[in-house]
Amino acid sequence: MLTFTIRRLVLSIPTLLFISLVIFLLLNLAPGDPMANVPITVPDEVKQRMREALGLGESVYVRFYKWMVQFFWIEPQVLIDHYFGTTFSEGKLRVISWQTRSPVMDIVVQRLPQTLWVVGMSYVVGVLIALPIGIISAYRQYSVFDQVGTFISMLGFSVPTFFTGVLLIVIFSVKLGWFPSIYDTTLVVNSWETFLAQLRQMVMPVFVLALYNASQISRFMRASMLDNLNQDYVRTARAKGLSEKVVVLVHVLRNSMIPVVTVIALGVPQVFGGAIITEQVFKVNGIGQLLITSLQANDLPMVQTLTFIFALLIVLFNLIADVLYGVLDPRIRYD
Amino acid sequence: MTLKSLLLGAAASTVLSPMAMAERGSDGHVGIIYWQAPSSLNPYLSGGTKEIEAASLMLEPLIRFDPTGKLVPFLAEEVPTVENGGVSADLTSLTYTLKEGLLWSDGTPLTTADVAFTAEYCMHPEGGCAQSHKYDSVKEIEVVDDRTVVVHFKEPQPYPYSTFVGNQAPIIQKAQFAECLGARAPECTDANFGPIGTGPFVVTDFRPNDVIQLEANPNYRDPDKPAFATMTFKGGGDATAAGRAVLETGEFDYAWNLQLAPDVLANMEAGGKGKLVSAFGTLVERIEMNMTDPSPDLSREIRATREAPHPILTDLAVRKALSMAIDRDLLVEIGYGQAGRPTCNLVPGPEVYASDNTDCLTQDVEGAKALLEEAGWVDSDGDGVRDKDGKKLSLLFQTSTNAVRQDFQALIKQWWSDIGVETELRNIDASIFFGGDAGSDDTFQKFYADVEMYANNFDGTDPQAYLARYRCGTEPSPSSQWQGTNINRFCDPEYDAMIDELAKTADLDKRSELAKKMNDVLTKDTYTVVPLVDRGRVSAHSLSLGGVALNTWDSEIWNAADWFRIK
Repeated sequence: MLTFTIRRLVLSIPTLLFISLVIFLLLNLAPGDPMANVPITVPDEVKQRMREALGLGESVYVRFYKWMVQFFWIEPQVLIDHYFGTTFSEGKLRVISWQTRSPVMDIVVQRLPQTLWVVGMSYVVGVLIALPIGIISAYRQYSVFDQVGTFISMLGFSVPTFFTGVLLIVIFSVKLGWFPSIYDTTLVVNSWETFLAQLRQMVMPVFVLALYNASQISRFMRASMLDNLNQDYVRTARAKGLSEKVVVLVHVLRNSMIPVVTVIALGVPQVFGGAIITEQVFKVNGIGQLLITSLQANDLPMVQTLTFIFALLIVLFNLIADVLYGVLDPRIRYD
Repeated sequence: MTLKSLLLGAAASTVLSPMAMAERGSDGHVGIIYWQAPSSLNPYLSGGTKEIEAASLMLEPLIRFDPTGKLVPFLAEEVPTVENGGVSADLTSLTYTLKEGLLWSDGTPLTTADVAFTAEYCMHPEGGCAQSHKYDSVKEIEVVDDRTVVVHFKEPQPYPYSTFVGNQAPIIQKAQFAECLGARAPECTDANFGPIGTGPFVVTDFRPNDVIQLEANPNYRDPDKPAFATMTFKGGGDATAAGRAVLETGEFDYAWNLQLAPDVLANMEAGGKGKLVSAFGTLVERIEMNMTDPSPDLSREIRATREAPHPILTDLAVRKALSMAIDRDLLVEIGYGQAGRPTCNLVPGPEVYASDNTDCLTQDVEGAKALLEEAGWVDSDGDGVRDKDGKKLSLLFQTSTNAVRQDFQALIKQWWSDIGVETELRNIDASIFFGGDAGSDDTFQKFYADVEMYANNFDGTDPQAYLARYRCGTEPSPSSQWQGTNINRFCDPEYDAMIDELAKTADLDKRSELAKKMNDVLTKDTYTVVPLVDRGRVSAHSLSLGGVALNTWDSEIWNAADWFRIK
């Protein structure tokens, strides 16, 4: 298992390098101009000078090389400096965002807490709701519970978050005034009141996203449980005289978790990617909002870095999912 | 500042403060929401409106525009003019005297060294300064003493108010930015994210593209202002959400630039938590006529250049008929409501420069048809599209992707088809359309279409540079890498002579007369530019926020120091 993990990790290096090249080329081939948001009253020569100041005058491969050095060599040094108080990165040029003219990673670090709180919490809530619903729905297939569960998950799956989000705002912020419609990213939780305030502003975005996540995962869970419930080993277990609780929750559940674990693990990178639409609707201003505003502003270093981090996480969580198979099913061995 | 003046100031403020209406910081907290979030607070590095306006809470120019478009002194004692001796008789220099006792928010005095440094910062060739056009005419900044500074121009400036004027050219602190000149400008993240200024507020926390937290400037020159102790400047979301936060839920006090459908805004205002304010500037939504042939059959060297005149649009009758067929009142009603008014002028304001040109305001479909008949455009083959000499009256109409613009396109297409003109519509993502990428065929400069619609305006109140955009020879072309201001490829030696004359005329009456004449040449005489709507600005503030004076000539929140809570 360890050699498998190491082999996969080593193999992922060329994969990631290739991904970073593809992202870079795609972004550079795409039409667009970082100066597009500058008012047209600003003369073209001034815009040209601004482009040159951003380093756009250089050729593509020079810019790619610079980004590689900054991302893989200088940024880790900054991280080491941050934790150990060393000065490796002093005076070295980091990945700089075109919009803000500040280091990209600083902004990412600033944005992560909001995203992890809201999107991460909604994922946890979604999974916690989805698993029991999926299990019960499958065990009592076509019961009232199953029908209601199916209906709600179809609703959650098919109604887009930009609709549910705005609907909730209109009902709970505008009409009832219970929850704020704008997320306060500067709120510091240091007392009971601020904790309640944090809870209140998280309710609506978390609900919207949790509904969506839960719908998706509960359908997978249900389908996977149904596949296993009719298998021979289940009949054997029952014939052995095991209690229903042990049959369902130990034998069937463990086997049914394998495809569900893949779905859950591959969903985790999306948590870090933020929820572009929901963040925009509730003004959570996390990673998703950062990505979309950078795209709109043609801030290539920011988009490049963010998409590459997502790629990194996807590769990583693929590996984690593979390793988890082995834990769930002892028959699966990679060596 | 001397100790004496400090003591005097302190004494004066103790005496005066009981008389004042409000004390500094007595009204608590105020919230502003901009649906586009500022990504930096240095207006010299980012040319975007959102950054410039956010920075105007901290950074101030020497003189700026008030809501009527009049210049008012801010850091300078008075507006220099030829009459008061501030502008030299030969129009080559401008003398500013700073107000007495000005302090930066960190408590150090503001001197003319800071003023001179600001120019040095923006004029540095490697800095990529977004406002360098404000400093283009400067030859030298001469520091006479701590409070007097003279701006010397390269050549006589009939309208000298651009350097250190308005929200785009505020004064920055030398001590803070001294290490940030030229190529090192982006490295000064702390300075760019929290500029020390003289304005009513000081940044306590800046999160790019998200939120700014501010508090009252303890060293602001008016001891009773600002009335608010703290401010949150939230960014992000969309215009609807921003409007809702002020007009319906009351979470914020001020929402910027609510570009929404008129009925949506009216519904929101019925929420009863706030009210809408609007004002007009110089932004005009217009249709630009291409005087050159954009046909893809032509070679790349001559396509859409003056070597290939447009086969249809060079006919004045066609251009005039296209304008006559449009019902501008309906466009305003559908697209802008109280934020728009029909116009026939390229320069709709300020009043002294606005021509009395109103002949386009009434739609005249029959007149347009007659005009086309007369010019020989008839529907000879009965397909509903007029033609002449084998050329069909068929146009490609492009604009940027935007709900209102697509509504306008559909309406205009309908009106034009009523007069026998066939129109093909096209819309292009704004970041590409306005992107200026010479490699793209879809930019508004390249103009590979017959007509295109967008909005443009000019900085400040003087239209000289704006009217000079239509000079012959400044058109985008392959040899200029498709950069250039004369989008229509309009070319008229008489007009160019008027541009030169305007650049030499200092007398306001003569300038205004000339500018009106030039406006008329471009609009009602030649229909090169077909103005549609004079677009105003609509913003909203809560019912409890007082002192708002919406300003379209400068930063919208230019007078945040005067805002207060209505109790």
